[in-house]
Amino acid sequence: MPQNERKLLISRRRLLGFGAVGASSLLLAGCNDSISENPKFLNVIDKATELTYRAQRLILPRDKLAPEYSETDIAAEFRPNGSTSPSDPAYLALAKNNFVDWRLQVDGLVEKPLQLSLADLHALPAKTQITRHDCVEGWSCIGKWTGTPLSEVLNRAGVKPQAKYVLFHCADRFNAAGYPDDYQPGNPDSIAKGGEHYYESIDFVDAYHPQTLLAYDLNGQTLPIAYGAPLRLRLGRQLGYKQAKYVMRIELVNSFARFGSGKGGYWEDLGYQWYAGI
Amino acid sequence: MSQAIPAETLLKRSDAPRRIAIRKHGAIVRITHWVNVFAFVFLLMSGLQIFNAHPALYWGQQSHFAHPFLSMTASDTDPPRGITSIAGHAFDTTGWLGLSKVNGQPQERGFPSFVTWPGEQDLATGRSWHFFFAWLLVINGFIYVVSGLLSRHFARDLWPSLADIRNIPHSVVEHMRLHFPHHRDYNVLQKLAYLSAGLVALPLMVLTGLTMSPGIDAAFPWLLELFGGRQSARSIHFITAMALVLFVIVHIVMVLLSGVFNNLRSMITGRYVIDEEASDAAE
Repeated sequence: MPQNERKLLISRRRLLGFGAVGASSLLLAGCNDSISENPKFLNVIDKATELTYRAQRLILPRDKLAPEYSETDIAAEFRPNGSTSPSDPAYLALAKNNFVDWRLQVDGLVEKPLQLSLADLHALPAKTQITRHDCVEGWSCIGKWTGTPLSEVLNRAGVKPQAKYVLFHCADRFNAAGYPDDYQPGNPDSIAKGGEHYYESIDFVDAYHPQTLLAYDLNGQTLPIAYGAPLRLRLGRQLGYKQAKYVMRIELVNSFARFGSGKGGYWEDLGYQWYAGI
Repeated sequence: MSQAIPAETLLKRSDAPRRIAIRKHGAIVRITHWVNVFAFVFLLMSGLQIFNAHPALYWGQQSHFAHPFLSMTASDTDPPRGITSIAGHAFDTTGWLGLSKVNGQPQERGFPSFVTWPGEQDLATGRSWHFFFAWLLVINGFIYVVSGLLSRHFARDLWPSLADIRNIPHSVVEHMRLHFPHHRDYNVLQKLAYLSAGLVALPLMVLTGLTMSPGIDAAFPWLLELFGGRQSARSIHFITAMALVLFVIVHIVMVLLSGVFNNLRSMITGRYVIDEEASDAAE
């Protein structure tokens, strides 16, 4: 590893240099990426994320609600983000039939694995809320979501005590460059031939939070494909990338190490924070 | 501030101004100042990286995408131009804002790569570094404020007196003439600048930053009311950051104009040489 050590030494020297000259921004730009990609530095930097998670869990009461808005606040133009048109052939077949044959699988560390149709979900207690969607990019949109509280589904499946996280498997795929698949009707070339399936995970504080929904309606209409049909996750107190779209399967796990690169979600594997309450 | 060394120098009197050394800044002020410099540079540059992920600002709770009050985009023309729009007025900012070169290639981006951290478009890394230095800034600021209150540094050295307020026009004239007598105390414009940067702008940065967190909004919804919504908080965060950049530029120019060696030494070792005047000696 001589080359790595050398890189580290140079980076440290440079970093010390910044302190001495008052961290002149021009110097910083010159060697930007050797430091920001250095794993040792990232380790220290990412400790702050854990501090944020712990601090927010400490000051934020378990069931404290995210602010809710009124009908007049609903966005005229709610921006769909991430995948807006999954190209997975199995998904396309389900979509063609209005998701009548779609089943939500609930399995993993549960007493009783479930297979729920949209009709089954509609038969469970429903909740409607007008909440703000905050994208990690910085923008916000307010929408009215209707769906089944996740707790209703979890309670019916019976969560085993060793389960620690709720993991969501999705139908949409992203290619290696970080771009979502994008199916264009009539263009067979746009059907996915690979890529990673989107996935996300949350802990039980969020899973049992009263505003955590498996949403099937947006603004009083059946959830459109661009927004995650037939079912997407809604969390009141975290950013948009946690709110998995096109949910196919909910798996209860005690660790997410064996999924993707082991960081708990598609964007987390690319360096985003697992806890996105900030 | 104002502890004279050596003491006997003060006791001697003479009509002509003399130069004496004092201990101008206490250790906590000096250490927190340099930690702040470090944190500020990284917060600014990683903040501009985060801004670049969606280089547009709005007022209110949410984003009315058709009506940003500020935006930076690249035009559809060939070749594309960088366009910055402020309140409906468009400016060509090619090469700086909206469109600038990354590794020699023109790229659509809000701020150019030499002012963002990291230089390449990388929101995830920008966020990690921003939150790390935000914690550092908050802890550092807490130490500074508690120590400033306990040591009466704020009350004694920063809070302007009535005489100071009456002296504002005179102080403005002195600054315009680039006449900077080295006194024991800050002049009134310094006091006002340091107070507004340290005790108004920086706390405002922290509060508007927290208001962008959906977790914090659930815990303290009054923050949203205070700033008029999450997108307003984001805009105020940006505008206040630009005001702080302006403060830093003026601050550095003043340090350079009013005796760079003496000033820098006083913020590193505490030692500062003043032109002793009758009013000083009488204190």
